[in-house]
Amino acid sequence: MIDYLLNDQQIMIRDLCRQITDEKIRPAAAEYDKNEKFPWDIVKVIAQADLFGVYIEEKYGGMGGGVFELCLATEEFSKGCAGIALCYSATALGAYPLILYGSDEQKQKYLPAIARGERLAAFGLTEPAAGSDASALQTTAEKQGDHYILNGVKHFITNGGDAEIYTIIAMTDKEKGARGASLFLVEKGTPGFSFGKKEEKMGIRASSTRELIFNDCKIPKENLLGREGMGFIAAMKTFDKSRPGIGAQALGIAQGALDEALKYAKQRKQFEKSITSFQGIQWMLADMATEVEAARALVYASAREVDAGKKDIGSHSAMAKMYASDVAMKVAVDAVQIFGGYGYMREYPAEKYMRDAKITQIYEGTNQIQRNIIAAGLIRDSVR
Amino acid sequence: MSEISEYKGVWVLCEHRRGIIQPVTYELLGKARELADKLGCEVSCLLLGVKVKDKAQELIHRQADKVYVVDDPRIEHVLEEPYTRIVSDLIRKHRPEILLLPATSLGRSLSSRLAVELKAGLTADCIGLDINLEDRCLLQTKPVFGGTIMTTIVSRTHRPQMATVRPKAMKEGVCDPQRKGVVEVLELQESFFSSRVKVLDVVDEVASTIYIMDANVIVSGGRGMVKAENFKMLEDLAKVLNGAVGASRAAVDEQWIPYSHQVGQTGKTVCPKIYIACGISGQIQHLVGMQSSDTIIAINKDPSAPIFKVANYGIVGDVFDIVPRLTKRFQEDL
Amino acid sequence: MNIIVCIKQVPDTADIKIDPVAKRLLREGIKSMINPFDMYAIEEGLRLKEKLGGKVTALTMGPPQAESALREAVSLGCDEAILISDGAFTGSDTLATSYALSCAIKKIKDYDMIFCGKQSLDGDTAHVGPGIAGHLNIPQIVNVRKIQDIKEGRVTAHRMTEYGYDVLEAELPCLLTVVKDINVPRLPSLKGKMKAKSTAITVWKAADIQAEENRIGAKGSATEVWKVTTSPARPQGKIFEGEGAVDQLVLTLKGLMK
Repeated sequence: MIDYLLNDQQIMIRDLCRQITDEKIRPAAAEYDKNEKFPWDIVKVIAQADLFGVYIEEKYGGMGGGVFELCLATEEFSKGCAGIALCYSATALGAYPLILYGSDEQKQKYLPAIARGERLAAFGLTEPAAGSDASALQTTAEKQGDHYILNGVKHFITNGGDAEIYTIIAMTDKEKGARGASLFLVEKGTPGFSFGKKEEKMGIRASSTRELIFNDCKIPKENLLGREGMGFIAAMKTFDKSRPGIGAQALGIAQGALDEALKYAKQRKQFEKSITSFQGIQWMLADMATEVEAARALVYASAREVDAGKKDIGSHSAMAKMYASDVAMKVAVDAVQIFGGYGYMREYPAEKYMRDAKITQIYEGTNQIQRNIIAAGLIRDSVR
Repeated sequence: MSEISEYKGVWVLCEHRRGIIQPVTYELLGKARELADKLGCEVSCLLLGVKVKDKAQELIHRQADKVYVVDDPRIEHVLEEPYTRIVSDLIRKHRPEILLLPATSLGRSLSSRLAVELKAGLTADCIGLDINLEDRCLLQTKPVFGGTIMTTIVSRTHRPQMATVRPKAMKEGVCDPQRKGVVEVLELQESFFSSRVKVLDVVDEVASTIYIMDANVIVSGGRGMVKAENFKMLEDLAKVLNGAVGASRAAVDEQWIPYSHQVGQTGKTVCPKIYIACGISGQIQHLVGMQSSDTIIAINKDPSAPIFKVANYGIVGDVFDIVPRLTKRFQEDL
Repeated sequence: MNIIVCIKQVPDTADIKIDPVAKRLLREGIKSMINPFDMYAIEEGLRLKEKLGGKVTALTMGPPQAESALREAVSLGCDEAILISDGAFTGSDTLATSYALSCAIKKIKDYDMIFCGKQSLDGDTAHVGPGIAGHLNIPQIVNVRKIQDIKEGRVTAHRMTEYGYDVLEAELPCLLTVVKDINVPRLPSLKGKMKAKSTAITVWKAADIQAEENRIGAKGSATEVWKVTTSPARPQGKIFEGEGAVDQLVLTLKGLMK
């Protein structure tokens, strides 16, 4: 692996996450995957290790790192199980709008518990009729005196039902289209806020995905994040910063699949020799390793750019997400191929990487949308 | 300190369970006899407990020449403080050159406290004992790292030479009902019995099964057993083979079977005649606990599992198919 | 409740290599770790501290590099760390080792409980814990799998035996050796790791703990290594295959059991 010159704290984060992955996540991954069980045991371990706060400012109880640190942790966890890693990184996604647009008071109220891992968070944008077209939102927030009344349904919400703090995009002024969307904090247990059934998924099955149902859900006006009308732009800005995290998840899947494929290839004997002695396998492994490393370079570079406070990071973070997730899919498929028949069996680890990889090409903006973002940036910049 | 040459005799501490003498004691006596014959000295046995007096003859039959008995309700249970006081006092009086104790959990604990009290040399968990006739030193051989290395330890300058001996490592002393010996029953004063540790309760957990350290055959299960209920088939096989059930750490961590059955680095080190590993991949942490077994048999569906590297015999296949068939075959024959 | 946890740095089991000529463990370039049983001792010490207050001091004897084991102990939550290290300790057997550790504990002075792992995986003796208790003349409970209660200067604990367990009550201060069943050790925390990096490790030499010269090291040991041999590798095993595999195994087993 290329030396990315991590600082002491980053090395500690990586090593600690690696230890948690090796000792706690990897041995349990198949079980959580099979039973679609939410990994509270592991959430507790991650919390106790102070890792839920790596990207949160120290004054709010975090460790003072940024997106890069979050990516290091997500990558390591994803090597063991991308579903379990998602419980962690989806909390960061839920917390990011608060970090970016919350007032000091709002941050004081919510961030310390998130940093301690006591409360998980989730982000609610997607609706049945608003996927890639996030401007087609139907959920409304109507102001009534000191309160907003929320109505509508969010679906496919990661950590839905298990998280306690939700950042929700809802329309405060439907007339204005995308500019009429606003961002709210809603706590689990608020009257009128309930959950739909847990979705059964192809991959990332340890992670929970549910509908959020708002039925005259009354929240205090203090739960508005930023100003009315900023919701859509806030969501886009959040994604700009969160996409390297999806890239890191994909990177972890790819690295994990490669590691398993290599380990298997070394011990698998056919024609009386290890299959690593065959050039066909060697070339596959070489391509996989190179692509993983290239994905890592892009993910790390874009995460560092985000943390450096650069502007116009959208297309770089889109590249990181898109490339790493395409690599994850390809490498996972190749890993299954190297495992041969064993690769197709649930009992061996390869097929799970393949099932887990697919979602990284879809969520937080499909890779087609990412290409739109990249192309739009490219064309815009060429005009300047 | 007295001259080393003043120390004579081989002593054995008797391990018993509520007056029932444990096989390891006979093994120690068998070895002690052999050593004493080489040295030209006597074998003595220490018998401590309550209502144990009448067991002294049994020890003589098993090759002891002399038995020191302390029969007192205050030492019903093994507690390090009174035991150390009583045994060290006897040793100071009689100066044996060798003291053998069983390498059981309490044997090890007591031996160390005793060695500190006597400033004696102590070797743990010996599987081989011999005499270097040149200097009458006890050659104490113990396995290290699961038997990958054998170390022979001597204690040239200190007496007695103390060793704890692994159960099953030595042959039992021949039982000769005609043997005669001396029994000395000791009455000790109050101060010997005081203890800052008190026994509140003694709980038996494995009474119905053969204890794993004493078993000639161990049928052991690992992660490949998949769930707790499947250990039943290992119990069945163990039963027909008159053996005990063992487990890898993975199986214990999954709570399929209690910790007392765990074999390996953080469990027990065993060396039965036959060790049957079922669905155990053979991580090094497991191997160090069982690779000195006489014969290892592996049943695992993964032909590349490291367990096959140490196994004398193996079957690549499904444990859930093979184990019940084995059990059935042995049931039919018996 | 002031707690001392005695730990040992040992070579990583998965990484053990033996010099075929010198017949000893190769130490160079071998990864090391805290002895597995000692991890349970640390955890139990930390849990008691969290429940009853006080502090946990990690203590080890070893070469200077054993410091890294102590830093790991600090990263898990131990408050202080002491290394006793001196060329004069070289060659110590369990008698001399437990004496040296007991000298360090006498210097620490203020303690209620001492925890040790049941045994180390390289020495495999289970002697050092009881030996320390002997040198200090304090009670000991070995192979503890549960601490039931601590009150009024007494500890009630379950001692695992070959047959089950004994419930014992001991006066404090007391030394306990623990087995794996007692707890599930925690992993370090990020804050703990950062603290461990900056914590000063106290290093004591033989003279600092008033250890008598003729009771430590090879000179203070009552045993010495006479010979080391490596066991012959197990011969390549036989794999039974096909339909008759079970029959063949049955025959083999019967032969062995005769």
